[in-house]
Amino acid sequence: MKLIYRLLFVFLPLALILLFALGPYIWGFVSSITPEGEMYVEGLRYFPRNPTGENYARLFVKIDFVDNLADSFLVATFSMLFGLAFSVTASYSFSRFRFRGRRFLLLQFLVINMFPVVLLLIPLFVIFSRLGIMDTYLSLVLAYATFTIPFSTWMMTSFFNAIPYQLDESAMIDGCSRFGALVRVVFPVAMPGIAATGIYIFITAWNEFVFASVLTSRDVRTIPIALQNMVGQYQIAWGLLTAGGVVSAIPVIVLFFFIQKQLIAGMTAGAVKG
Amino acid sequence: MTTAAPYTFLSPALIVTLLIVFIPIVYTISLSFMNYVIWKPNEIGFIGLRNYIDAWADEVFRISLGNTFVWIIGVIALQLALGFVAALILNQRFPFRGVARALILIPWVTPSVITALMWRWMYDGNMGVINDLLVRSGMLERYVPWLAQSTTALPAIMVALMWQGFPFFAVMILAGLQAIPTELYEVADVDGAGIFQKFFRITLPMISPILFTTILLRTIWVANSLDIIFIMTGGGPGYSSYTLPLYSYIKAYRGLDFGFAGTIAVYLTILLITVVTLYVIRVVRTEDRLR
Repeated sequence: MKLIYRLLFVFLPLALILLFALGPYIWGFVSSITPEGEMYVEGLRYFPRNPTGENYARLFVKIDFVDNLADSFLVATFSMLFGLAFSVTASYSFSRFRFRGRRFLLLQFLVINMFPVVLLLIPLFVIFSRLGIMDTYLSLVLAYATFTIPFSTWMMTSFFNAIPYQLDESAMIDGCSRFGALVRVVFPVAMPGIAATGIYIFITAWNEFVFASVLTSRDVRTIPIALQNMVGQYQIAWGLLTAGGVVSAIPVIVLFFFIQKQLIAGMTAGAVKG
Repeated sequence: MTTAAPYTFLSPALIVTLLIVFIPIVYTISLSFMNYVIWKPNEIGFIGLRNYIDAWADEVFRISLGNTFVWIIGVIALQLALGFVAALILNQRFPFRGVARALILIPWVTPSVITALMWRWMYDGNMGVINDLLVRSGMLERYVPWLAQSTTALPAIMVALMWQGFPFFAVMILAGLQAIPTELYEVADVDGAGIFQKFFRITLPMISPILFTTILLRTIWVANSLDIIFIMTGGGPGYSSYTLPLYSYIKAYRGLDFGFAGTIAVYLTILLITVVTLYVIRVVRTEDRLR
């Protein structure tokens, strides 16, 4: 009786939800290993008769997908470094000092994160055109800082709050300056949290589409843009497209598994990002 | 030194956000009061509230506004419902629970472009796996071009966004569930409470704060999201899947009408101000309680 109950109310719904969550990937993978001829001639099959790696080969040999991966990697890495560098001292300040305007300044970082992207799109386009930095890594790194700085400021503030202040004090008694205490003592202790925040920024930058579609065109082409371009370019070669999707989702998912515990802890403490 | 220190530490982040967020926003607001179409440079000029008034006479704007409400309410309801169920199940004890929780989060980290393309492929009118499954199981007579007919396009996209967003609800609700002291349920058991009584008298009230916060947060995010719609249908067929952010994006990107696109963006912001305010108030209260 107990077993039937658990089967019906725990394992069955769990299986269904997992199937729903992973189904699109499973289907994407099946499509990506289906030979083009088989797909369009014989219609829908749930597993190809002759599984093939030709779509993956085409992705790397015929199309400049490697360049796209490199572009995405560089943009995401620089966004991560830029975002962390500009928010780590701010978070330290919010966590360690009580000063006039603290609440207001902290909240404005929260509010920034909620402005519609379309509100920033046009001015950044105009400003970057005038500065002559359109279609460069810099343009995307700066555009992504509009959400990476507020996000990481909030996340890291909550991570720093979890570190006892006595740690800073003893470091300063031992002769460290404020900044020294941050760099030598607080920073190492908060490293797991900082790493999680950084990886999350990397993932968001890797995934971003809207800014990239407007601010870059020929020289810089990140993965999301490359995938979207394939739609028009090849009259939707679904095998190729799903192969591209699988390849570009893998790094994100792997990275995410490393940080999920940290990230969830930070988010549920002071959620800032949907 | 002590009074200046906090501001010195803050200044890098503040200066950058001032330059790339606040100045641009002021610029967009000023554009919204102008006739500013890039390819009509001679007509560029200040026109006061003209754009704001014209918007209401614009049929596409009205459709987009209506769709925005449908979109927000529909997507949030779907994500909440499925996220709640997932959280209740993940809160049970079973082997490999940690693995299951991690797997359920995969849609949430999936890039929007990939979400959109995978679902577009699954919805395909000729080769779509969704059509195939529904016809095979007898729930449909024949294949439906889900994304190509105006009655089904927006709901179909909403399901795709439910897929991407429900894990976030699941995780947040799960955190709420795990924070409920088990003694409460034990006492209720002693008093002879049934499963529904326990759910409505203990579970729901205990997680309602986190539920409300999550809904607010997701509302803002869902209201702003446009990439999935753009890639799945581009707003079509006709204007049936236009929302305000998408309309603003298309006006700016394709029409190069920066003035009117700015106006739409400002209208969207006004629409969201209440939600953002409610959220900020909640955050302030939590901060106060923690102190």
